[in-house]
Amino acid sequence: MSAHGNRHLISIDDLDRAGIERVLDRAESFAEVSGREIKKVPALRGRTIVNLFYEASTRTSSSFELAAKRLSADVVSIRSAGSSVDKGESLKDTIQTLSAYDPAAIVIRSPHAGAAQLVAGWTSAAVVNAGDGKHEHPTQALLDVFTLRRRLGTLDGLNIWIVGDVTHSRVARSDILAFTRMGARVTVCGPPTLIPREIESLGCAATSSLQRVEEADIVYVLRMQHERMREAFVPSLREYAQRYQINERRLRPGQLVMHPGPVNRGVELSAATIDSPQALIGDQVKAGVWVRMAVLYELLVGSPVLTAVA
Amino acid sequence: MAVARLFARSGPGAELLIRSAHVLDPRTGLDEPHDVLVRDGRIAELGAPGALPVPDHLDVVDGAGHHVFPAFVDPHVHLRTPGQEYKEDLDTGTAAAAAGGYCAIVAMPNTNPTVDSAAVLGSLIEHAGRAARIPVGFLASITRGLAGAELTEMAELRDAGAIGFTDDGKPVVSAGMLRKALQYQRLCGGIVALHEEDPALSGDGVMHEGAVSARLGMAGIPSLSESTMVARDAALAHYENARVHFQHLSCVESVQALHDARQRLGARVSGEASPHHLTLTDESVLTLDSRFKMNPPLRAQRDRQALIEALRSGVIECVATDHAPHAAHEKEVPFEQAPMGTIGLETAFAALYTELVAPGVLGLATLVERMTAGAGLYELPTPQIAVGRPADLCLVDLDASWEVGEDGYVSRSSNCAFHGRTLRGRVLLTLAAGAIAHRRPMLVASAGEPRSSNGVVLGRTRDR
Repeated sequence: MSAHGNRHLISIDDLDRAGIERVLDRAESFAEVSGREIKKVPALRGRTIVNLFYEASTRTSSSFELAAKRLSADVVSIRSAGSSVDKGESLKDTIQTLSAYDPAAIVIRSPHAGAAQLVAGWTSAAVVNAGDGKHEHPTQALLDVFTLRRRLGTLDGLNIWIVGDVTHSRVARSDILAFTRMGARVTVCGPPTLIPREIESLGCAATSSLQRVEEADIVYVLRMQHERMREAFVPSLREYAQRYQINERRLRPGQLVMHPGPVNRGVELSAATIDSPQALIGDQVKAGVWVRMAVLYELLVGSPVLTAVA
Repeated sequence: MAVARLFARSGPGAELLIRSAHVLDPRTGLDEPHDVLVRDGRIAELGAPGALPVPDHLDVVDGAGHHVFPAFVDPHVHLRTPGQEYKEDLDTGTAAAAAGGYCAIVAMPNTNPTVDSAAVLGSLIEHAGRAARIPVGFLASITRGLAGAELTEMAELRDAGAIGFTDDGKPVVSAGMLRKALQYQRLCGGIVALHEEDPALSGDGVMHEGAVSARLGMAGIPSLSESTMVARDAALAHYENARVHFQHLSCVESVQALHDARQRLGARVSGEASPHHLTLTDESVLTLDSRFKMNPPLRAQRDRQALIEALRSGVIECVATDHAPHAAHEKEVPFEQAPMGTIGLETAFAALYTELVAPGVLGLATLVERMTAGAGLYELPTPQIAVGRPADLCLVDLDASWEVGEDGYVSRSSNCAFHGRTLRGRVLLTLAAGAIAHRRPMLVASAGEPRSSNGVVLGRTRDR
């Protein structure tokens, strides 16, 4: 493929701290480009990027598409509905078919852990994991780190609470890895049925009580993942909201609130909090395009910061 | 007349002399170099190394530096026949077993159709008489169609040749249903073998619940899904004075439950462990490679250590591979979507020798005993190296290193959890029920080594 060899972004574990910072610095330069009237750069002109989404997505798929277009790449976006995937084609056959178009990168979102890594073994294109099951969502974690670094300068010494449905959250897993790698302390908090056993082995603390959430500098609120639950993990959303909703009553001044979207208004976050100046949710969405431009650029043009996955 | 329980196509009785191999049979106490003369498929004579004269026209195998063991017996194999012959059939499955040093295997009934009637069992037995390269026995299902709702005609199935009963692949969820089967065992005999798992606790789980599943975001199968059912069914076995065998035990809690049931209750229960559970842990799943997906799942290091200790002490009496072939296209999917199972017949001895015996964790004689003990547990004849016994033996080069899968697999499938690993210990020759069932084709001669009468050069394999 490229002169830089075959490189992928499958997991936050593919990046050390310097690698993360390199991507974020690159994203800063694309943020500047996005302030111009002409928001396009010619970096990937003539190259093809395939977006393959096996799961519903609004912001991730649109921001990857926009990122590729702003880098002047040709973009093919495929959703499982209406594609040959719908007709029972296997992931391997789909990838081999798409690889015949010689894409520079394949961006894949899958409901199954490990899908992106499998794809990396079947294609010579660079592979970007846009979410694989409940496993990882590395570009979300990078944009979260980017948003915090922009606002606060550094993550070193920050106390970050991740609140909600950790069990079903790929965002939580990538964020725990990325936040701790950047020097923050992470506590996950949620009902015991939604905190995986032995989650502490990822390097975070775990609790089921919001009592000490005031200690947090950042409260990162997770979406209740109804769509990933095959059974009831909480007795009711009403009780969940009573116990775990982040709202103006539970927040102290100065705390910042993040959420990967889409929000269930009135469940994990109160409407007033979503719209308050403490919320960084809009900043996260904006950062999504810049960070994904940076990831594609670093994979396809930049010198190696993203290490190959074994 | 006794009902036959093992079936194979008939082969000519082997005629050969194994010269100067180290013969190790933990049951007869043999543990030194011997000549082993096999005439018409029986062990005709044991002699001091180099002492036995070579009868005319007899194959001579140079066993110097190699070991002869009683061939292994695997009480837990999936041969996928009838119905899924694209994964394995009686020919390829028994060939794989012979390549692994086995002289007898027991096939599970979770086929399509299920082995739940004398008609299906009868046709399978008839098929084995034509296709099986080593003796195969069959378990019938406990419940019709493995559905857990109605007992099979257990007595008729026993009369038709079933060794015993299992719903393997699934637990018998209803304690009341299992109790009836255990009561019926008093009428028809035959072991009742159990796959222990509580579906309510396993849920959608695809791997062991623990730190690795937390990291990967995959639904976990907690250890107590297995151990609570072991405890429940040991209590049922004790109450009904039934004979029960626990299949593929995977965790420390199950070992404790098995130990307690025998020591405290005196229940007639036994257990098996697989080579993969004895050598691998859930850390392997971090690769996201579906070869490491099986049920029960690979568990934590403490579970593995408990299984090893139980195998050494005899709490777990035997090794069983749970050989579970799947086609490449079925396994080449994301981990969560892949079917569960690994093949294991060709690698069982080498994996356990490499990981447990060579590092000094388990004695060689103990390993050989545990790899043959399944026979006795299932009321089958136990292979022995003794004059007058049928030749059920294997010749093994303990020093030969080989990369698993490098030369492909004898099995029709290649979903092996040990794929790509370098193992020590290679089976050179297997005699099963007196016939040569496996002979490694790439035996390489070195100077001065004897030639066999059929022109095949026999000698040590080349070390890689």
